[in-house]
Amino acid sequence: MIRIASGQGFWGDDLDAPVRQVEGGPIDVLMMDYLAEVTMSILQKQKARDPKLGYARDVVPLMERILPAVVERGIRVTTNAGGVNPESCAEAIAEVGRRLGLGGKLRIGIVGGDDILGRLDDLLARGVELADMDTGRPLREVRDRVVSANAYLGAAPVVEALAQGAHVVITGRVTDTGLTLGPLIHRYGWKRDAWDLMAAGTVAGHIIECGAQSSGGNFLGGWPDVPDLEDIGYPIVEAEEDGSFVVTKHDGTGGVVSVPSVTEQLVYEMGDPHAYITPDGVADFTTIQLAQAGRDRVRVSGIRGGPSTPFLKVSVAYRSGYKAVGTLVYAWPDAVAKAREADRVLRARLDRLGLRFDEVLTELVGVNAAHGPLAGAPSPEAPEVQLRVGVRGDDRAAVERFTRELAPLILNGPPGVTGFAGGRPKVEEIVAYWPALVPKTEITPVVRVLTA
Amino acid sequence: MKVRLLALAHARSGDKGDTANVGLIARRPELYPLLEREVTAARVARHFTGMLTGGVERFELPNLGALNFLLHGALGGGGTVSLKTDAQGKTLSSALLRMEIEVPDGTL
Repeated sequence: MIRIASGQGFWGDDLDAPVRQVEGGPIDVLMMDYLAEVTMSILQKQKARDPKLGYARDVVPLMERILPAVVERGIRVTTNAGGVNPESCAEAIAEVGRRLGLGGKLRIGIVGGDDILGRLDDLLARGVELADMDTGRPLREVRDRVVSANAYLGAAPVVEALAQGAHVVITGRVTDTGLTLGPLIHRYGWKRDAWDLMAAGTVAGHIIECGAQSSGGNFLGGWPDVPDLEDIGYPIVEAEEDGSFVVTKHDGTGGVVSVPSVTEQLVYEMGDPHAYITPDGVADFTTIQLAQAGRDRVRVSGIRGGPSTPFLKVSVAYRSGYKAVGTLVYAWPDAVAKAREADRVLRARLDRLGLRFDEVLTELVGVNAAHGPLAGAPSPEAPEVQLRVGVRGDDRAAVERFTRELAPLILNGPPGVTGFAGGRPKVEEIVAYWPALVPKTEITPVVRVLTA
Repeated sequence: MKVRLLALAHARSGDKGDTANVGLIARRPELYPLLEREVTAARVARHFTGMLTGGVERFELPNLGALNFLLHGALGGGGTVSLKTDAQGKTLSSALLRMEIEVPDGTL
Protein backbone atom coordinates (compact mmCIF):
# COMPACT_ATOMS: atom_id res chain seq x y z
CA MET A 1 0.00 0.00 0.00
CA ILE A 2 1.14 3.54 -0.72
CA ARG A 3 -0.18 6.63 1.08
CA ILE A 4 -0.49 9.80 -0.99
CA ALA A 5 -1.47 12.89 0.96
CA SER A 6 -2.91 16.09 -0.47
CA GLY A 7 -1.28 19.22 0.92
CA GLN A 8 -2.61 22.10 -1.23
CA GLY A 9 -5.65 22.44 -3.46
CA PHE A 10 -4.63 25.75 -5.06
CA TRP A 11 -2.16 28.58 -4.65
CA GLY A 12 -3.63 30.37 -1.65
CA ASP A 13 -4.69 27.26 0.28
CA ASP A 14 -4.00 26.70 4.01
CA LEU A 15 -0.26 27.22 4.51
CA ASP A 16 -0.14 24.76 7.42
CA ALA A 17 -2.01 21.89 5.74
CA PRO A 18 1.10 20.27 4.20
CA VAL A 19 2.88 20.45 7.55
CA ARG A 20 -0.06 18.76 9.25
CA GLN A 21 0.00 16.03 6.58
CA VAL A 22 3.71 15.35 7.18
CA GLU A 23 3.55 15.52 10.98
CA GLY A 24 0.11 14.04 11.62
CA GLY A 25 0.79 10.42 10.71
CA PRO A 26 2.37 8.10 8.17
CA ILE A 27 2.49 9.17 4.51
CA ASP A 28 4.67 8.16 1.56
CA VAL A 29 3.97 11.02 -0.82
CA LEU A 30 2.92 14.64 -0.32
CA MET A 31 1.09 15.96 -3.40
CA MET A 32 0.50 19.68 -3.79
CA ASP A 33 -1.45 21.37 -6.58
CA TYR A 34 -0.77 25.08 -6.97
CA LEU A 35 -1.84 25.88 -10.52
CA ALA A 36 -5.13 27.16 -11.85
CA GLU A 37 -5.65 28.49 -15.36
CA VAL A 38 -5.28 32.09 -14.26
CA THR A 39 -2.17 31.33 -12.19
CA MET A 40 0.09 30.69 -15.19
CA SER A 41 -0.41 34.16 -16.65
CA ILE A 42 0.26 35.82 -13.27
CA LEU A 43 3.47 33.82 -12.95
CA GLN A 44 4.53 34.66 -16.52
CA LYS A 45 4.12 38.38 -15.72
CA GLN A 46 6.23 37.98 -12.56
CA LYS A 47 8.93 36.18 -14.54
CA ALA A 48 8.96 38.97 -17.14
CA ARG A 49 9.76 41.45 -14.33
CA ASP A 50 12.34 39.19 -12.68
CA PRO A 51 13.74 36.12 -14.49
CA LYS A 52 14.29 34.43 -11.11
CA LEU A 53 10.54 34.44 -10.37
CA GLY A 54 7.54 32.80 -12.01
CA TYR A 55 6.76 30.03 -9.52
CA ALA A 56 4.50 29.66 -6.46
CA ARG A 57 6.77 31.31 -3.92
CA ASP A 58 4.84 29.94 -0.92
CA VAL A 59 6.43 26.57 -1.54
CA VAL A 60 9.91 27.72 -0.46
CA PRO A 61 9.17 28.68 3.18
CA LEU A 62 6.91 25.62 3.34
CA MET A 63 9.78 23.36 2.29
CA GLU A 64 11.94 24.90 4.99
CA ARG A 65 9.46 23.53 7.53
CA ILE A 66 9.11 20.01 6.11
CA LEU A 67 12.36 19.16 4.29
CA PRO A 68 14.15 17.56 7.26
CA ALA A 69 11.23 15.18 7.86
CA VAL A 70 10.84 14.54 4.13
CA VAL A 71 14.47 13.47 3.73
CA GLU A 72 14.66 11.55 7.01
CA ARG A 73 11.45 9.60 6.43
CA GLY A 74 11.89 9.15 2.68
CA ILE A 75 8.68 11.00 1.84
CA ARG A 76 8.42 12.04 -1.79
CA VAL A 77 6.93 15.40 -2.69
CA THR A 78 5.24 16.03 -6.04
CA THR A 79 4.08 19.54 -6.85
CA ASN A 80 3.43 21.80 -9.82
CA ALA A 81 4.60 24.80 -7.78
CA GLY A 82 7.26 25.35 -10.48
CA GLY A 83 4.76 27.31 -12.56
CA VAL A 84 6.58 28.86 -15.51
CA ASN A 85 9.99 28.63 -13.85
CA PRO A 86 10.53 25.21 -12.22
CA GLU A 87 14.33 25.64 -12.48
CA SER A 88 14.38 28.71 -10.24
CA CYS A 89 11.87 27.13 -7.87
CA ALA A 90 14.11 24.07 -7.52
CA GLU A 91 17.18 26.26 -7.00
CA ALA A 92 15.43 28.16 -4.22
CA ILE A 93 14.46 24.89 -2.51
CA ALA A 94 18.00 23.52 -2.93
CA GLU A 95 19.30 26.66 -1.23
CA VAL A 96 16.93 26.02 1.69
CA GLY A 97 18.10 22.40 1.79
CA ARG A 98 21.75 23.42 2.02
CA ARG A 99 20.94 25.85 4.81
CA LEU A 100 19.25 23.00 6.70
CA GLY A 101 22.37 20.83 6.36
CA LEU A 102 20.88 18.60 3.68
CA GLY A 103 23.53 19.49 1.08
CA GLY A 104 24.62 16.38 -0.82
CA LYS A 105 21.56 14.48 0.42
CA LEU A 106 18.53 16.24 -1.02
CA ARG A 107 17.65 15.40 -4.62
CA ILE A 108 15.23 17.66 -6.49
CA GLY A 109 13.61 16.73 -9.78
CA ILE A 110 12.69 19.42 -12.28
CA VAL A 111 10.01 18.83 -14.90
CA GLY A 112 9.70 21.28 -17.78
CA GLY A 113 9.01 21.27 -21.47
CA ASP A 114 5.42 22.39 -20.98
CA ASP A 115 6.13 26.08 -21.65
CA ILE A 116 5.56 26.70 -25.37
CA LEU A 117 5.34 30.50 -25.29
CA GLY A 118 8.63 30.82 -27.17
CA ARG A 119 7.57 28.23 -29.74
CA LEU A 120 4.14 29.61 -30.66
CA ASP A 121 5.17 31.25 -33.94
CA ASP A 122 7.01 28.12 -35.00
CA LEU A 123 3.97 25.97 -34.22
CA LEU A 124 1.58 28.33 -36.02
CA ALA A 125 3.93 28.53 -39.03
CA ARG A 126 3.89 24.76 -39.31
CA GLY A 127 0.11 24.66 -39.36
CA VAL A 128 -0.63 23.83 -35.71
CA GLU A 129 -3.57 26.21 -35.36
CA LEU A 130 -4.11 25.98 -31.58
CA ALA A 131 -7.76 26.78 -32.27
CA ASP A 132 -9.97 27.61 -29.30
CA MET A 133 -11.62 24.34 -28.26
CA ASP A 134 -14.87 26.14 -27.45
CA THR A 135 -15.20 28.59 -30.35
CA GLY A 136 -12.94 27.12 -33.07
CA ARG A 137 -11.21 30.47 -33.61
CA PRO A 138 -7.53 30.15 -34.64
CA LEU A 139 -4.93 31.45 -32.17
CA ARG A 140 -3.42 33.88 -34.71
CA GLU A 141 -6.41 36.17 -34.04
CA VAL A 142 -5.02 36.96 -30.58
CA ARG A 143 -1.36 35.97 -31.11
CA ASP A 144 0.05 39.43 -30.42
CA ARG A 145 -1.75 39.56 -27.05
CA VAL A 146 -0.59 36.19 -25.69
CA VAL A 147 0.95 36.26 -22.20
CA SER A 148 1.57 32.58 -21.53
CA ALA A 149 1.12 29.22 -23.25
CA ASN A 150 1.58 25.85 -21.56
CA ALA A 151 0.84 22.29 -22.54
CA TYR A 152 -0.56 20.04 -19.82
CA LEU A 153 2.00 17.28 -19.26
CA GLY A 154 0.93 13.95 -17.78
CA ALA A 155 2.43 11.64 -15.19
CA ALA A 156 5.34 10.34 -17.31
CA PRO A 157 7.95 13.00 -16.47
CA VAL A 158 7.01 12.80 -12.77
CA VAL A 159 7.65 9.05 -12.88
CA GLU A 160 10.99 9.70 -14.59
CA ALA A 161 12.09 12.19 -11.91
CA LEU A 162 11.08 9.78 -9.12
CA ALA A 163 12.98 6.98 -10.87
CA GLN A 164 16.09 9.17 -10.82
CA GLY A 165 15.77 9.40 -7.05
CA ALA A 166 14.18 12.80 -6.58
CA HIS A 167 12.83 13.43 -3.08
CA VAL A 168 11.01 16.49 -4.33
CA VAL A 169 9.61 16.82 -7.86
CA ILE A 170 8.99 20.41 -8.97
CA THR A 171 7.01 20.67 -12.17
CA GLY A 172 5.62 23.27 -14.51
CA ARG A 173 2.15 22.66 -15.96
CA VAL A 174 1.69 19.00 -15.12
CA THR A 175 -1.96 17.99 -14.74
CA ASP A 176 -3.28 18.01 -11.19
CA THR A 177 -4.03 14.30 -11.46
CA GLY A 178 -0.58 13.44 -12.88
CA LEU A 179 0.99 14.47 -9.58
CA THR A 180 -0.86 11.57 -7.89
CA LEU A 181 -0.77 9.07 -10.76
CA GLY A 182 3.01 9.55 -11.16
CA PRO A 183 3.97 8.15 -7.75
CA LEU A 184 1.55 5.23 -8.25
CA ILE A 185 3.12 4.26 -11.57
CA HIS A 186 6.55 4.64 -10.01
CA ARG A 187 5.71 2.49 -6.97
CA TYR A 188 3.84 -0.32 -8.71
CA GLY A 189 5.46 -0.29 -12.15
CA TRP A 190 2.08 0.03 -13.82
CA LYS A 191 2.24 -0.30 -17.61
CA ARG A 192 1.38 2.94 -19.38
CA ASP A 193 -1.25 1.14 -21.48
CA ALA A 194 -2.92 -0.48 -18.45
CA TRP A 195 -5.82 1.88 -19.03
CA ASP A 196 -7.92 0.82 -16.04
CA LEU A 197 -4.98 1.49 -13.72
CA MET A 198 -4.25 4.83 -15.39
CA ALA A 199 -7.91 5.71 -14.84
CA ALA A 200 -7.81 4.56 -11.20
CA GLY A 201 -4.78 6.72 -10.43
CA THR A 202 -6.38 9.63 -12.24
CA VAL A 203 -9.59 9.32 -10.20
CA ALA A 204 -7.50 9.12 -7.01
CA GLY A 205 -5.78 12.32 -8.10
CA HIS A 206 -9.07 14.04 -8.90
CA ILE A 207 -10.43 13.19 -5.44
CA ILE A 208 -7.50 14.79 -3.61
CA GLU A 209 -6.42 17.55 -6.02
CA CYS A 210 -8.69 20.16 -4.44
CA GLY A 211 -7.42 19.61 -0.92
CA ALA A 212 -10.09 19.44 1.76
CA GLN A 213 -12.96 19.59 -0.75
CA SER A 214 -13.25 15.80 -0.40
CA SER A 215 -12.78 15.65 3.37
CA GLY A 216 -15.56 17.90 4.61
CA GLY A 217 -14.66 21.31 3.21
CA ASN A 218 -17.24 23.12 1.05
CA PHE A 219 -19.58 20.19 1.80
CA LEU A 220 -23.18 20.96 0.95
CA GLY A 221 -24.34 17.44 1.84
CA GLY A 222 -24.29 18.09 5.58
CA TRP A 223 -22.00 20.92 6.59
CA PRO A 224 -23.53 21.56 10.04
CA ASP A 225 -22.48 18.04 11.07
CA VAL A 226 -18.86 18.31 9.92
CA PRO A 227 -16.77 18.44 13.10
CA ASP A 228 -13.80 20.69 13.81
CA LEU A 229 -13.42 22.49 10.49
CA GLU A 230 -10.73 24.64 12.12
CA ASP A 231 -8.56 21.52 12.27
CA ILE A 232 -9.75 19.86 9.07
CA GLY A 233 -7.78 16.83 7.91
CA TYR A 234 -6.74 16.97 4.27
CA PRO A 235 -7.43 13.82 2.25
CA ILE A 236 -5.07 10.87 1.95
CA VAL A 237 -5.30 8.08 -0.63
CA GLU A 238 -4.16 4.60 0.43
CA ALA A 239 -3.70 2.83 -2.88
CA GLU A 240 -3.16 -0.84 -3.66
CA GLU A 241 -1.35 -2.38 -6.62
CA ASP A 242 -4.65 -3.43 -8.25
CA GLY A 243 -5.76 0.20 -8.52
CA SER A 244 -8.30 0.12 -5.71
CA PHE A 245 -7.83 2.66 -2.96
CA VAL A 246 -9.23 4.09 0.25
CA VAL A 247 -9.73 7.81 0.79
CA THR A 248 -9.10 8.80 4.40
CA LYS A 249 -7.41 11.43 6.59
CA HIS A 250 -5.16 11.46 9.62
CA ASP A 251 -6.64 10.29 12.94
CA GLY A 252 -7.62 13.04 15.31
CA THR A 253 -8.24 15.66 12.63
CA GLY A 254 -11.48 17.48 11.87
CA GLY A 255 -13.65 17.12 8.80
CA VAL A 256 -15.31 14.02 7.42
CA VAL A 257 -14.54 11.47 4.72
CA SER A 258 -17.80 9.84 3.65
CA VAL A 259 -19.43 8.57 0.47
CA PRO A 260 -21.32 11.89 0.12
CA SER A 261 -18.20 14.02 0.73
CA VAL A 262 -16.17 12.07 -1.83
CA THR A 263 -19.05 12.07 -4.33
CA GLU A 264 -19.29 15.87 -4.19
CA GLN A 265 -15.63 16.12 -5.14
CA LEU A 266 -15.99 13.50 -7.90
CA VAL A 267 -18.62 15.62 -9.69
CA TYR A 268 -16.66 18.87 -9.22
CA GLU A 269 -15.78 20.50 -12.57
CA MET A 270 -17.04 17.41 -14.37
CA GLY A 271 -17.85 17.38 -18.07
CA ASP A 272 -18.88 14.15 -19.80
CA PRO A 273 -18.41 11.56 -17.04
CA HIS A 274 -17.74 8.80 -19.59
CA ALA A 275 -14.63 10.60 -20.81
CA TYR A 276 -12.47 12.39 -18.25
CA ILE A 277 -9.57 13.06 -20.60
CA THR A 278 -5.98 13.37 -19.35
CA PRO A 279 -2.63 12.92 -21.11
CA ASP A 280 -2.40 9.52 -19.39
CA GLY A 281 -5.71 8.04 -20.48
CA VAL A 282 -9.46 8.53 -20.44
CA ALA A 283 -11.25 7.68 -17.20
CA ASP A 284 -14.90 6.59 -17.11
CA PHE A 285 -16.48 8.07 -13.99
CA THR A 286 -19.64 5.99 -14.50
CA THR A 287 -17.65 2.92 -13.39
CA ILE A 288 -16.54 4.26 -10.01
CA GLN A 289 -17.83 2.30 -7.00
CA LEU A 290 -17.76 3.89 -3.54
CA ALA A 291 -18.34 2.21 -0.18
CA GLN A 292 -17.94 3.38 3.40
CA ALA A 293 -15.22 1.20 4.93
CA GLY A 294 -15.10 2.46 8.49
CA ARG A 295 -15.10 5.88 10.05
CA ASP A 296 -13.61 8.49 7.68
CA ARG A 297 -12.68 5.77 5.21
CA VAL A 298 -14.20 5.41 1.73
CA ARG A 299 -13.21 2.52 -0.52
CA VAL A 300 -13.02 3.32 -4.25
CA SER A 301 -12.93 0.50 -6.78
CA GLY A 302 -14.10 -0.80 -10.14
CA ILE A 303 -12.67 2.07 -12.19
CA ARG A 304 -12.38 1.50 -15.93
CA GLY A 305 -10.54 3.57 -18.46
CA GLY A 306 -9.58 3.78 -22.11
CA PRO A 307 -6.61 4.81 -24.25
CA SER A 308 -5.21 8.31 -24.18
CA THR A 309 -5.75 10.64 -27.13
CA PRO A 310 -2.97 11.82 -29.51
CA PHE A 311 -3.30 15.37 -28.15
CA LEU A 312 -2.32 17.40 -25.13
CA LYS A 313 -4.41 20.27 -23.88
CA VAL A 314 -2.80 23.69 -24.06
CA SER A 315 -3.72 26.61 -21.88
CA VAL A 316 -3.03 29.98 -23.49
CA ALA A 317 -3.55 33.24 -21.64
CA TYR A 318 -4.00 36.50 -23.59
CA ARG A 319 -4.74 40.12 -22.77
CA SER A 320 -8.38 40.94 -23.37
CA GLY A 321 -9.22 44.46 -22.23
CA TYR A 322 -9.91 45.94 -18.82
CA LYS A 323 -12.45 45.74 -16.04
CA ALA A 324 -13.31 47.37 -12.73
CA VAL A 325 -15.89 46.58 -10.08
CA GLY A 326 -17.13 48.99 -7.42
CA THR A 327 -19.55 48.70 -4.52
CA LEU A 328 -21.70 50.85 -2.21
CA VAL A 329 -23.88 49.74 0.69
CA TYR A 330 -27.45 51.04 1.20
CA ALA A 331 -29.30 50.68 4.51
CA TRP A 332 -32.95 50.41 5.58
CA PRO A 333 -35.43 51.86 4.87
CA ASP A 334 -35.94 51.10 1.17
CA ALA A 335 -32.41 49.75 0.84
CA VAL A 336 -33.12 47.91 -2.40
CA ALA A 337 -35.05 50.78 -4.00
CA LYS A 338 -32.26 53.19 -3.16
CA ALA A 339 -29.59 50.88 -4.59
CA ARG A 340 -31.61 50.51 -7.81
CA GLU A 341 -32.03 54.27 -8.09
CA ALA A 342 -28.29 54.78 -7.55
CA ASP A 343 -27.61 52.28 -10.33
CA ARG A 344 -29.97 54.15 -12.67
CA VAL A 345 -28.28 57.46 -11.90
CA LEU A 346 -24.81 55.97 -12.36
CA ARG A 347 -25.69 54.46 -15.73
CA ALA A 348 -27.24 57.72 -16.93
CA ARG A 349 -24.03 59.56 -16.00
CA LEU A 350 -21.85 56.96 -17.76
CA ASP A 351 -24.05 57.41 -20.86
CA ARG A 352 -23.83 61.18 -20.72
CA LEU A 353 -20.04 60.93 -20.53
CA GLY A 354 -20.16 58.94 -23.76
CA LEU A 355 -18.35 55.99 -22.20
CA ARG A 356 -18.74 52.75 -24.12
CA PHE A 357 -18.26 49.35 -22.51
CA ASP A 358 -18.64 45.78 -23.75
CA GLU A 359 -20.61 45.06 -20.60
CA VAL A 360 -22.00 46.85 -17.55
CA LEU A 361 -23.23 44.43 -14.88
CA THR A 362 -25.22 45.42 -11.81
CA GLU A 363 -25.75 43.02 -8.94
CA LEU A 364 -27.41 43.60 -5.59
CA VAL A 365 -25.44 41.56 -3.08
CA GLY A 366 -27.92 40.28 -0.54
CA VAL A 367 -30.62 40.05 -3.21
CA ASN A 368 -29.50 38.46 -6.47
CA ALA A 369 -25.70 38.17 -6.81
CA ALA A 370 -25.63 34.41 -6.28
CA HIS A 371 -28.98 33.04 -7.46
CA GLY A 372 -30.24 35.80 -9.74
CA PRO A 373 -33.99 35.81 -10.35
CA LEU A 374 -34.32 32.41 -8.60
CA ALA A 375 -33.89 34.19 -5.28
CA GLY A 376 -37.28 35.88 -5.72
CA ALA A 377 -38.34 39.43 -4.92
CA PRO A 378 -36.36 41.16 -2.16
CA SER A 379 -38.10 42.14 1.05
CA PRO A 380 -39.02 45.85 1.22
CA GLU A 381 -37.76 45.59 4.81
CA ALA A 382 -34.29 44.35 3.76
CA PRO A 383 -31.91 45.73 6.41
CA GLU A 384 -29.19 46.52 3.87
CA VAL A 385 -27.97 45.70 0.39
CA GLN A 386 -24.69 46.10 -1.44
CA LEU A 387 -24.84 47.68 -4.89
CA ARG A 388 -22.10 46.12 -7.00
CA VAL A 389 -21.43 47.49 -10.47
CA GLY A 390 -18.80 46.17 -12.87
CA VAL A 391 -17.72 47.36 -16.31
CA ARG A 392 -15.56 45.73 -18.96
CA GLY A 393 -14.12 47.03 -22.22
CA ASP A 394 -11.04 47.59 -24.40
CA ASP A 395 -10.72 51.29 -23.57
CA ARG A 396 -8.68 51.60 -20.40
CA ALA A 397 -9.48 55.32 -20.06
CA ALA A 398 -13.23 54.60 -20.07
CA VAL A 399 -12.87 51.95 -17.36
CA GLU A 400 -10.68 54.37 -15.39
CA ARG A 401 -13.34 57.08 -15.65
CA PHE A 402 -16.01 54.66 -14.40
CA THR A 403 -14.02 54.16 -11.18
CA ARG A 404 -14.46 57.90 -10.42
CA GLU A 405 -18.23 57.88 -10.83
CA LEU A 406 -19.14 55.81 -7.76
CA ALA A 407 -17.90 58.00 -4.91
CA PRO A 408 -19.92 61.08 -5.98
CA LEU A 409 -23.10 59.07 -5.36
CA ILE A 410 -22.41 59.19 -1.64
CA LEU A 411 -23.14 62.92 -1.58
CA ASN A 412 -25.24 63.43 -4.69
CA GLY A 413 -27.28 60.20 -4.90
CA PRO A 414 -29.92 58.45 -2.80
CA PRO A 415 -29.46 58.58 1.02
CA GLY A 416 -28.42 55.99 3.59
CA VAL A 417 -25.27 54.94 1.78
CA THR A 418 -21.89 53.87 3.12
CA GLY A 419 -19.13 51.37 2.50
CA PHE A 420 -16.73 53.32 0.33
CA ALA A 421 -13.81 53.30 2.76
CA GLY A 422 -11.67 51.23 0.39
CA GLY A 423 -11.49 54.13 -2.06
CA ARG A 424 -11.89 53.98 -5.83
CA PRO A 425 -12.08 50.56 -7.47
CA LYS A 426 -8.90 49.36 -9.19
CA VAL A 427 -8.72 48.93 -12.95
CA GLU A 428 -7.61 45.41 -13.77
CA GLU A 429 -6.24 44.15 -17.04
CA ILE A 430 -8.18 41.06 -18.11
CA VAL A 431 -6.05 38.07 -19.00
CA ALA A 432 -8.41 35.66 -20.69
CA TYR A 433 -8.02 31.95 -21.15
CA TRP A 434 -7.81 30.13 -24.49
CA PRO A 435 -8.02 26.32 -24.33
CA ALA A 436 -6.49 24.47 -27.30
CA LEU A 437 -5.04 21.12 -28.34
CA VAL A 438 -1.55 20.31 -29.58
CA PRO A 439 -0.35 16.99 -31.04
CA LYS A 440 1.58 15.05 -28.40
CA THR A 441 4.44 14.65 -30.88
CA GLU A 442 5.13 18.39 -30.62
CA ILE A 443 5.81 18.32 -26.88
CA THR A 444 8.84 16.74 -25.23
CA PRO A 445 8.88 16.84 -21.42
CA VAL A 446 12.27 17.68 -19.95
CA VAL A 447 13.42 16.06 -16.70
CA ARG A 448 16.51 16.95 -14.70
CA VAL A 449 17.45 15.95 -11.16
CA LEU A 450 19.85 18.08 -9.13
CA THR A 451 21.49 17.39 -5.78
CA ALA A 452 21.35 20.23 -3.27
CA MET B 1 -46.66 16.60 -3.14
CA LYS B 2 -44.08 19.14 -4.21
CA VAL B 3 -40.68 19.26 -2.52
CA ARG B 4 -37.52 21.21 -3.08
CA LEU B 5 -34.55 19.28 -4.45
CA LEU B 6 -32.69 20.44 -1.33
CA ALA B 7 -34.64 17.83 0.64
CA LEU B 8 -33.76 15.03 -1.80
CA ALA B 9 -30.26 15.84 -3.01
CA HIS B 10 -27.04 17.69 -2.42
CA ALA B 11 -24.81 19.19 -5.06
CA ARG B 12 -21.51 20.78 -6.04
CA SER B 13 -20.84 23.13 -8.93
CA GLY B 14 -17.76 24.32 -10.75
CA ASP B 15 -16.65 25.99 -13.97
CA LYS B 16 -14.99 25.29 -17.28
CA GLY B 17 -14.74 28.49 -19.27
CA ASP B 18 -18.21 29.98 -19.64
CA THR B 19 -19.87 26.65 -18.80
CA ALA B 20 -20.84 25.73 -15.26
CA ASN B 21 -21.39 22.17 -14.15
CA VAL B 22 -23.72 21.12 -11.38
CA GLY B 23 -23.41 17.62 -9.99
CA LEU B 24 -26.71 16.69 -8.32
CA ILE B 25 -26.41 13.80 -5.84
CA ALA B 26 -29.28 11.82 -4.31
CA ARG B 27 -29.24 11.93 -0.50
CA ARG B 28 -30.18 8.22 -0.48
CA PRO B 29 -29.63 5.70 -3.30
CA GLU B 30 -33.38 4.95 -3.56
CA LEU B 31 -34.06 8.60 -4.43
CA TYR B 32 -31.90 8.49 -7.56
CA PRO B 33 -34.55 7.08 -9.97
CA LEU B 34 -36.87 9.89 -8.93
CA LEU B 35 -34.21 12.48 -9.75
CA GLU B 36 -33.44 10.78 -13.05
CA ARG B 37 -37.13 10.89 -14.01
CA GLU B 38 -38.01 14.39 -12.81
CA VAL B 39 -34.88 16.49 -13.17
CA THR B 40 -34.52 16.50 -16.94
CA ALA B 41 -32.27 18.78 -18.97
CA ALA B 42 -35.34 20.59 -20.25
CA ARG B 43 -36.67 21.22 -16.72
CA VAL B 44 -33.29 22.47 -15.55
CA ALA B 45 -33.10 24.81 -18.56
CA ARG B 46 -36.55 26.18 -17.58
CA HIS B 47 -35.44 26.56 -13.97
CA PHE B 48 -32.50 28.72 -15.05
CA THR B 49 -34.56 30.82 -17.50
CA GLY B 50 -32.85 34.13 -18.17
CA MET B 51 -29.60 33.04 -16.52
CA LEU B 52 -27.99 31.09 -19.41
CA THR B 53 -26.97 32.14 -22.92
CA GLY B 54 -26.61 28.50 -24.00
CA GLY B 55 -28.34 25.18 -23.46
CA VAL B 56 -28.31 22.49 -20.77
CA GLU B 57 -26.81 19.01 -21.13
CA ARG B 58 -27.39 16.14 -18.70
CA PHE B 59 -25.27 13.06 -17.98
CA GLU B 60 -26.26 10.18 -15.70
CA LEU B 61 -24.02 8.52 -13.10
CA PRO B 62 -26.29 5.89 -11.51
CA ASN B 63 -23.21 4.37 -9.86
CA LEU B 64 -22.85 7.53 -7.76
CA GLY B 65 -26.58 8.28 -7.54
CA ALA B 66 -25.77 11.48 -9.38
CA LEU B 67 -26.71 13.56 -12.41
CA ASN B 68 -24.27 15.98 -14.00
CA PHE B 69 -25.63 19.10 -15.69
CA LEU B 70 -23.63 21.36 -17.98
CA LEU B 71 -25.05 24.88 -18.01
CA HIS B 72 -23.62 26.59 -21.08
CA GLY B 73 -23.15 30.33 -21.03
CA ALA B 74 -23.86 30.57 -17.30
CA LEU B 75 -20.88 32.61 -16.15
CA GLY B 76 -20.88 35.96 -17.96
CA GLY B 77 -17.95 34.92 -20.14
CA GLY B 78 -16.33 32.89 -17.37
CA GLY B 79 -13.02 33.02 -15.56
CA THR B 80 -11.23 36.35 -15.55
CA VAL B 81 -13.55 37.93 -18.16
CA SER B 82 -16.70 37.66 -16.06
CA LEU B 83 -17.91 40.59 -13.96
CA LYS B 84 -20.11 38.39 -11.82
CA THR B 85 -19.61 37.89 -8.08
CA ASP B 86 -19.90 34.18 -8.74
CA ALA B 87 -17.74 34.02 -11.86
CA GLN B 88 -16.93 30.38 -11.16
CA GLY B 89 -20.51 29.25 -10.61
CA LYS B 90 -19.82 28.03 -7.09
CA THR B 91 -23.35 28.80 -5.89
CA LEU B 92 -25.23 27.38 -8.88
CA SER B 93 -25.29 24.09 -6.96
CA SER B 94 -27.68 25.48 -4.37
CA ALA B 95 -29.49 27.48 -7.06
CA LEU B 96 -30.48 24.15 -8.62
CA LEU B 97 -31.54 22.80 -5.22
CA ARG B 98 -34.26 25.48 -5.16
CA MET B 99 -36.12 23.58 -7.88
CA GLU B 100 -39.38 21.92 -6.81
CA ILE B 101 -40.40 18.52 -8.12
CA GLU B 102 -43.48 16.37 -7.67
CA VAL B 103 -42.83 13.32 -5.47
CA PRO B 104 -45.08 10.53 -4.16
CA ASP B 105 -46.39 11.13 -0.63
CA GLY B 106 -44.09 9.64 1.98
CA THR B 107 -40.95 9.94 -0.16
CA LEU B 108 -39.18 11.94 2.51
